[in-house]
Amino acid sequence: MSTAVLSQDTRAVGRGRPGVRWTLTKGPSLGLGIGMIWFSLLVLIPLAAIVATAGEGGWSGYVDTLKNPQSWAAIKLTVGQSLVVTAINVVMGTLIAWVLVRDRFWGKRLLDLLIDIPFAMPTVVAGLVLLGLYGPKSPLGINVSNTRNSVTLALAFVTLPFIVRTVQPVLAELEGDVEEAAASLGATRTTILRRIVLPSIIPAIAAGAALSFARAISEYGSLVLLSGSLPFRTEAVSVRVLTFIEGGDRTSAAALATIMLGVALLVIVALDVLQRRMARRG
Amino acid sequence: MIQRNRLIALTAAAAAVPAILSGCAASSGSSSDKDQLSIVGFSVLKNANEPVISAFQKTDAGKNVSFTTSYGASGDQSRAVAGGLHADEVHLSLTPDVQSLVDAGLVDKNWDQNATHGILTDSEVVFLVRKGNPLGIKSWDDLVKPGVKIITPNPSSSGSAKWNILAAWAHAANAPGGSDATAKDFVTKLLHNAVALPGSGSDALASFLAGNGDVLLAYENDSIEAKAAGDDVDYIVPDDTLLIENPAAITTDAKPAAQDFLDFQLSKAGQTLYAQSGFRPVISGVQTDVKGANDPSNPYPAIKTQYTIDKDFGGWSKANTEFFDDKTGIITKIISGLNIGS
Repeated sequence: MSTAVLSQDTRAVGRGRPGVRWTLTKGPSLGLGIGMIWFSLLVLIPLAAIVATAGEGGWSGYVDTLKNPQSWAAIKLTVGQSLVVTAINVVMGTLIAWVLVRDRFWGKRLLDLLIDIPFAMPTVVAGLVLLGLYGPKSPLGINVSNTRNSVTLALAFVTLPFIVRTVQPVLAELEGDVEEAAASLGATRTTILRRIVLPSIIPAIAAGAALSFARAISEYGSLVLLSGSLPFRTEAVSVRVLTFIEGGDRTSAAALATIMLGVALLVIVALDVLQRRMARRG
Repeated sequence: MIQRNRLIALTAAAAAVPAILSGCAASSGSSSDKDQLSIVGFSVLKNANEPVISAFQKTDAGKNVSFTTSYGASGDQSRAVAGGLHADEVHLSLTPDVQSLVDAGLVDKNWDQNATHGILTDSEVVFLVRKGNPLGIKSWDDLVKPGVKIITPNPSSSGSAKWNILAAWAHAANAPGGSDATAKDFVTKLLHNAVALPGSGSDALASFLAGNGDVLLAYENDSIEAKAAGDDVDYIVPDDTLLIENPAAITTDAKPAAQDFLDFQLSKAGQTLYAQSGFRPVISGVQTDVKGANDPSNPYPAIKTQYTIDKDFGGWSKANTEFFDDKTGIITKIISGLNIGS
């Protein structure tokens, strides 16, 4: 019975790519098994549990969540700011990666090392540091606390490394010869950048952007201290979810979380499509 | 043949999952000769419990008892215990967090049948202000004046904020000519003056100490601790305010030593140590100096008009539904209707 199902399954998959039979030998099949268990335990089962909890309220659970103006404001703020920050990262992250790979300057090694700090630091500590630097007692005279800019700032801080770290190795692998050849054939610097460099690094930028966006919409720690969590103004989705959990309303919390999962999926797919288009055009 | 291999791999994998899971469960039930008590408390207790634990270990009952402790936001801690975190004693910020453990069958339903009605530590809702009180804040009415910047944790996510908001409500409702309508109006004005509604009491304190706001609605014990730590703040105890009551309970499967520890916490010695950390004693006759208090030799002057959750709000379960229900609660509605800062 199960053999029949399996062989049918194999044929169905094989149809996608004619000539390739997707069967595995002993070693890889064990690898696949272990990999799937690990992935299921860590990701698939918890995700399914969230969706199932959200489903307890039926469709009305989702509709109620979306219709609640305070939750809707939080979704708009979080998604909007995450998009803004991802756009900033695309420019600044690529720039920093470029500088780190192509330029020689004093302290380059140190900078390369420090880029990862936002990953390593507990985000609450990051929030505290940002509050000290850009709060009411700012030594720089910049106070963004309890405003929307604080959300942008906190998200930009925690997501900075993603694009730098995805683009950097690709840039380093890029052969200088090709650019030199293009230049010797009369291509301007902009043309070289547009036709040679960008197409090679765009997949890396897109991958970094997807990570950066996904991280931004889920951020909690660095926001809570800096943003003041004012409903309708600076309250992020993560804070709103916590509010639901504190109030014992797990269904609403799961519904809001599921909506954000959907948004993340949508953006990641969109970035992938965009990246493929750009790569083909290049 | 190849397909059979894959089948074997998947079967083996499927068999491994329950084995791994049961392996995790089995390791938690170990015991030792020495009694080990697991205390699960809300965050502020971390510093306050240390001297109490070491004093208990010097008594006959506590000689052979060792402790593991876990501190965090009260609601989180309650959910963690309900979710399987082992606890012999829970000491939480507000009664509903213990009640949910009663509902889960982890705490006896008669847990509050003792001399202090299940309460282990008391405090008051007070105003934390900048050093020297530059705005001259004295009473609740000063907080709703235009331009006074207030910070309070968000009552939807923080237990400590619920005390703050109910204190403000009780003040307005009990003022001459006060009613539910004037109280609602007062709390709305108060929340309009909020410049931040952080998720927890400790976040709110961190935000205030970083320079945000003029007034932080806080617990008296937190304020005393902040002053004792040398922060540039003062605290004002208003003439009328709400008594904060933190409950503690022994779980149903607690070791016998847990009751001994709770008895010690409630004894004069235990309450004196809590008083030194800023908590008001729940028994009479405790006399001690308190570092960080406005008057260290008379740290806990009686409140002229003391509101309590039982007397003025009919108990927590009633107050929680009436004020904080996430759809129909009075405060929930005020917050979702006010577009703070606009």
